[in-house]
Amino acid sequence: MSRLPITKTPKVYVGGAFIRSESARVYPLKDAAGEFYANIPQCTRKDLRNAVEAAAKAGPGWAKRTAYNRGQILYRLGEMIEARAGEMSGALILGGATPTAAAREVAASVDRLIYYAGWTDKYEQVLGNVNPVAAPYFNFTVTEPMGIIGVIAPDSAPLLALISLVAPAITSGNTVVALASTTQPYPAILLGEMLATSDLPGGVVNLLTGFRKEMIPTFATHTHLRALSGVVNAEERKNLALGAADSVKRTHLLKTEDKHDWFADTAQSVYAIRETLEFKTTWHPVGA
Amino acid sequence: MPALTAAKKSSRPAARSVPHAPELIFGDLWEFDPAPETAEPKLKSRYDLFINGQFVAPKGGKYFDSNNPANEQKLAEIALASPADVDAAYAAAQRAYEGVWGKMPGRERAKYLFRIARLLQDRAREFAVAETLDGGKPIKESRDFDVPMAAAHFFYHAGWADKLDYVAPGRRVAPLGVVGQVIPWNFPLLMCAWKLAPALAMGNTVVLKPAETTSITALKLAEVFQDAGLPPGVVNFVTGAGEIGAAVMNHPTPAKIAFTGSTEVGKIIMRGLAGTDKKMTMELGGKAANIVFDDAPLDQAVEGIINGIFFNQGHVCCAGSRLLVQESIAEKVLAKLKTRIRTLRVGDPMDKNTDIGAINSREQLDRITALVAAGVKEGNALYQPSCKLPAKGFYFRPTIFSGVSMSSRIAREEIFGPVLSVLTFRTVDEAIEKANNTAYGLSAGVWTDKGSRILKMSTELKAGVVWANTYNKFDPTSPFGGYKESGFGREGGRQGLLDYCKLV
Repeated sequence: MSRLPITKTPKVYVGGAFIRSESARVYPLKDAAGEFYANIPQCTRKDLRNAVEAAAKAGPGWAKRTAYNRGQILYRLGEMIEARAGEMSGALILGGATPTAAAREVAASVDRLIYYAGWTDKYEQVLGNVNPVAAPYFNFTVTEPMGIIGVIAPDSAPLLALISLVAPAITSGNTVVALASTTQPYPAILLGEMLATSDLPGGVVNLLTGFRKEMIPTFATHTHLRALSGVVNAEERKNLALGAADSVKRTHLLKTEDKHDWFADTAQSVYAIRETLEFKTTWHPVGA
Repeated sequence: MPALTAAKKSSRPAARSVPHAPELIFGDLWEFDPAPETAEPKLKSRYDLFINGQFVAPKGGKYFDSNNPANEQKLAEIALASPADVDAAYAAAQRAYEGVWGKMPGRERAKYLFRIARLLQDRAREFAVAETLDGGKPIKESRDFDVPMAAAHFFYHAGWADKLDYVAPGRRVAPLGVVGQVIPWNFPLLMCAWKLAPALAMGNTVVLKPAETTSITALKLAEVFQDAGLPPGVVNFVTGAGEIGAAVMNHPTPAKIAFTGSTEVGKIIMRGLAGTDKKMTMELGGKAANIVFDDAPLDQAVEGIINGIFFNQGHVCCAGSRLLVQESIAEKVLAKLKTRIRTLRVGDPMDKNTDIGAINSREQLDRITALVAAGVKEGNALYQPSCKLPAKGFYFRPTIFSGVSMSSRIAREEIFGPVLSVLTFRTVDEAIEKANNTAYGLSAGVWTDKGSRILKMSTELKAGVVWANTYNKFDPTSPFGGYKESGFGREGGRQGLLDYCKLV
C-alpha cells in the first residue's frame, strides 16, 4: 500500500511568522489539471493592517543596516531560492507553466535578486550628489527610503514580477507589504519560506494572499503606506490614486493591459530603486 | 525687560553670569528717514493673456484688478481667462512642442534659456519693483533674492539642455510633451522660473497659471520671452483664479502637471487626476521644525530663527514656523527673540529698510488673524512688538507664541504668516519625535555646534531640505521638495530635471 503524502498547509509570511488569515477564511487553489491542491489564506484588510504594523516595526532597523549588509542579505535570499529552485519551479508548474518556462522564471528571479543585491551600496553614488551652490555652503543631496511600500503583484510571471517589484524597494531599506497574485499565490507562499531563512529581518517583506477587491481600498487609504507600486487595471488604478490623494501617497502603477516583459533587462533598473526613495538635501555653512 | 547680552560668549558653562548691556531700541530713539526704491516698474495698465507668443485678449472679454497689498491701490487689470482660452493655450503649446521645441537640438534650446536669464538680469530692478508692488514683499528681498534667483534658475537649467545624457546615467531621457503648471503668490516670478526652466531645458512646452493676486511679473516675463525670440507657444500664460487653475490641471492635453500651493488644493488636484496617466510634481505645504540645541551659537541661531519665520512675511512653505528649543536655554532664546523682533521694521515694502512688508491679500490677512486668535484662545502666550503699522494696506505684526503644545492648532496648521510657535524639548530623541510629528515634511532646521549631531538630525528628520546652522537657503543646483503631505518630486538640481522627462 502506497504511503499517503503529507501535504503542506499554505500560510502567509507576515512579521517573520507564518500565519493564517485572521478571518480564518481560505480559498481553494487548484492545479493546472483543475484538481484541488490546497487552501490559500484569504487575507483581509485587517491582515493588511497587521502586516503594515509589522513592516513599521521592522522599518527603522532595516533602513539602518549598512548597505553592505543589506546587499549580503539580498544575495542570501538568492541563495535560498537557488537551493530550492526545483520546489519553486513546481509552484509555477502548478499554475500552468511548462517545466522549461518555470525553470527560466526561477532563474531570472534569482538573477534579479543578485542584481539588486549589488546595487545596495551603489545606487546612492549614482542618484545622490553634492550641489555646487552659489554661496559658502556645503550642500549635498542623499536618498532615503520612503518607508512602507504597498506592492500589488500581477498574475503573469507570479514569482518574477513579485520579486521585481519587491526587490528594488527593500534594496534601499524600505519595508514591503505585498499582495501576491490571486490566481497564482503558491510561489509567494514558498517565497515566504525562503525569506524566513534568508537573514532578512522579520517584517521587512510581508506577503499576503487573497482577493484584490477586498484589499485594494485599504492599500489605497492606509496612511502608513507611503507609496504603492504594482500592476493593476484601470479601475484599480483610479481607486488607488483617489485613496492615495488623501495622504499624498506616491504611486507607481503599471497597467495590466500593457504587456510587461519581466525577463527583459529593462525590467530591472536603478530607477526602479529611485521610485521608492525620497531625496533629502542638507545645507551647512562652510567656515572656520 | 530682558536685556540683550553684549558680548558673544560660549554657552558652556550654562550658569555663567554675564554683565547686562543696555538694549538697543531701534525706532524709539530716532525715526528712520524713508528710503523708498524709486526705479520704474514699467507696468502696463492692462495685461492680456500670453498665448502662442502674443498678448491676446481673453475670449470672455473680462478683466480683474491686481492690487498693491501695501496700500490697496489698483496696479493693473489682468485678463480673466476662460476654459476656451486654456484650450487655445494648450493647442499652442502642443503645436510648439511638435513643431519646434521638442525637436530642437538641446544646444539651441540652451541658448534661448541663457538669453532669457541675461535679459531678466538686465531688467532686474524693474522686475523687483514690480514684484514688490504686486505682492507686498520687501524690496530688499525681491531685489536681492527673488529676481536674481529667478535669473539663476534659467541660467543653470540652460546649461542642462544639451547635457541631458548625464541626467539619468545608464538610460536616455526624452521630454514628456506639454506640461501644465500652477504656481502660488508667495514667490511669483521665482516660482515661474523654478517651474519653467527645467521643463523647457528638457524640451517640454508649458501652459502656466500664475496666482490671481500676483500675475504681473509672469506677464512681464512674457515680454522677456518675446525679446528673447522664444518660439511662439513654448510658454503660455493664462491668468485667473482657482477655476482656471483647475482647467489647467484637468485639461486632457498635458502629459504632466506641476503644482505648488497648499496641501488641501494639492489633494484636490490629485483626486482630479486619478485614473489618468499624467505625471505629477506636488510642492505643498509645510510646518517646519527649527531645532535649537543648547550648544548652538545662539546669536547666529536667533538670526536664523528670525530669517526662518519672517522672511517674506512668513509666506514661505518651508518657513521655520515651529521653533523647538532645548529646555535649558528656552528662556534665554525667547528673551533674545523678543528683543530681536522689536528691531524689525514692518511697513512699506518699497522702503529699502523694511524687513516685513505687506501681507499678500486681505484673505490671507484674515486667515492669519483667525489662526492667531485661535492660538490666544488655546492659552498660548502671545508676544508682538508695539510697532506702528501703515493705516492702509494689509499688515501683521511679527508674532511669537511661547509655551505652545504639540496639539495646538498653531503648532499643527500652516499659518503662512509672520507667526512663530515656540515649543521646548529635553533630549535629542524628543526633538526628533516632535519635529517629525506632523503630516508635513518639507524642511527643517538644526542649530548645534556638534557635527555628529547635525548628521544624526539630518538623517532622522523626515524632511526634504535640512538647513543646519542656517535657514531658508535656496539655489538652482539644490533640489527642493517634500516628504509626506508636503508633496513629491523635486525642483532644482539633477533630481528635479528627472521629474520633467521620461526614460526611454
